Amino acid sequence: MRYMFAAAALATIFLGWACSGGEQVVEERGISIRYSKFEPTTLTVPAGVPVTISLENGDPIEHEWMVGDEAMHERHRTGTEPFHDEIPTEVSLRAYQTRETTIQFDEPGEYLFICHLPGHEAYGMVGTLRVVEG
Amino acid sequence: MRRMLIAAFALAALSAASLTTTTSSANACAGLIGSNGAVNLGRTTTLAAYHDGTEHYVTSFEFQGGGGEFGSLIPLPGVPTKVEKGGSWTLQRLQLEVPLPQPPATGVRDEAFSSSARVLQEVRVDALDLTVLEGGGPAVAQWATEHGFRLSPDAPEVLDFYAERSPIFLAAVFDSEAAAERGQALGDGTPIHITIPTDNPWVPLRILGLGKQAEEVVNADVFLLTDQEPELLPGPRSGLFVQHSDRATDLLLDDLRSDENSEWVPESAWLTKIVINSLAGDLTYDLAVDATEARSPSRIAAGLDRPAPEPVPSGPGFIVEPEDDAGSNALAWAAGAGAVVLLLAVPALWVRATSRGGRGA
Repeated sequence: MRYMFAAAALATIFLGWACSGGEQVVEERGISIRYSKFEPTTLTVPAGVPVTISLENGDPIEHEWMVGDEAMHERHRTGTEPFHDEIPTEVSLRAYQTRETTIQFDEPGEYLFICHLPGHEAYGMVGTLRVVEG
Repeated sequence: MRRMLIAAFALAALSAASLTTTTSSANACAGLIGSNGAVNLGRTTTLAAYHDGTEHYVTSFEFQGGGGEFGSLIPLPGVPTKVEKGGSWTLQRLQLEVPLPQPPATGVRDEAFSSSARVLQEVRVDALDLTVLEGGGPAVAQWATEHGFRLSPDAPEVLDFYAERSPIFLAAVFDSEAAAERGQALGDGTPIHITIPTDNPWVPLRILGLGKQAEEVVNADVFLLTDQEPELLPGPRSGLFVQHSDRATDLLLDDLRSDENSEWVPESAWLTKIVINSLAGDLTYDLAVDATEARSPSRIAAGLDRPAPEPVPSGPGFIVEPEDDAGSNALAWAAGAGAVVLLLAVPALWVRATSRGGRGA
């Protein structure tokens, strides 16, 4: 009887892990882009929790969604990387593309998300990610 | 001889003007797209003439050099019947007729996915490749992207603004190697002449601000030749004023007609010169022209009202990228399903084994 309960508990834990894709995603958000503007421009997420963000580019041109501190943005303002698809907080979107990325910020605060393609930040492709105590 | 004198005078005047800040170098009345996404125009000059239901659009593309291609986009009110080399000095002659005031008498602040576009025509003029496209904003954007150009961030909205009224665009791309072989220097213009049958004439102005920041200034001179004095929309306002409006002299018309491919210039016409000196952020309209008895230019043609929406949406669908970890998710689901089987099977087997044991005990 003892082994039966142990096996059931293990199976339940494994099932929960498998259904969540192997990580504890408890938050989902969406950001769309149209006419080179983010919508919404402010997003609030809990600290210390993985958040999956669906990014939908409704424009016929490329865009980026880069979120982080000022040092990170300063680096990308003069960066030359043509495409970003390896770091969750740095996402390139081709024309009409939708992508999902899962991020986690442990420290509460405000982080800007910006498109760093030439002229896009000056055009207003800037938003704020507010990370609050969960 | 007379033609040579006019040309020489016009070129001399242009050279002199280039030494001043009020020059009117003949750039195309178009929005520029560049591989670095940051291209700015100087002052542009355009002639739009309307006669017998046909628009004659004369503008000039200035060679900017660089190692790669260089492109421009002009929205058109209809499908052209002809795209050809324009007169060599028509625009300069018009500037001589109505030179810019000194200083400009204006109140403007000085600080102030579906398929790709359908190619309707391809014409080569000197080192300039001209392509007439049909297909709306997204398709034209896709065409530009496929041809190596990065559109500025305002391009999606501006291209839609035009495509709602007319899905016809002219793309002009300099072949820099060919330009170099022809000995074209930086700033050399290549005039083109577009013939467009239309009963809805308008001159694209908003496209001039493409790629500019809202606080940047757009300078342009637009000459109109019409059968009679036209009614314009919008009327004079901050950033747009009518510098000249009078019957064109026979001398001017004779001069213009003697230029290359300019036999279309009528025997009599009304000459209007509009000067644009506007902040890019304020230039959200085009110029609608009505030279008929109705004197009622279209608010839609001026971009002040939007046309009725199309009944069937034609935009490309969204491309949803497959998840990179789709395979691992499938494995996890399979493992999870296996766990469920295990969860159900283990007690069942255990119960059966216990039963057997019980029976056997």
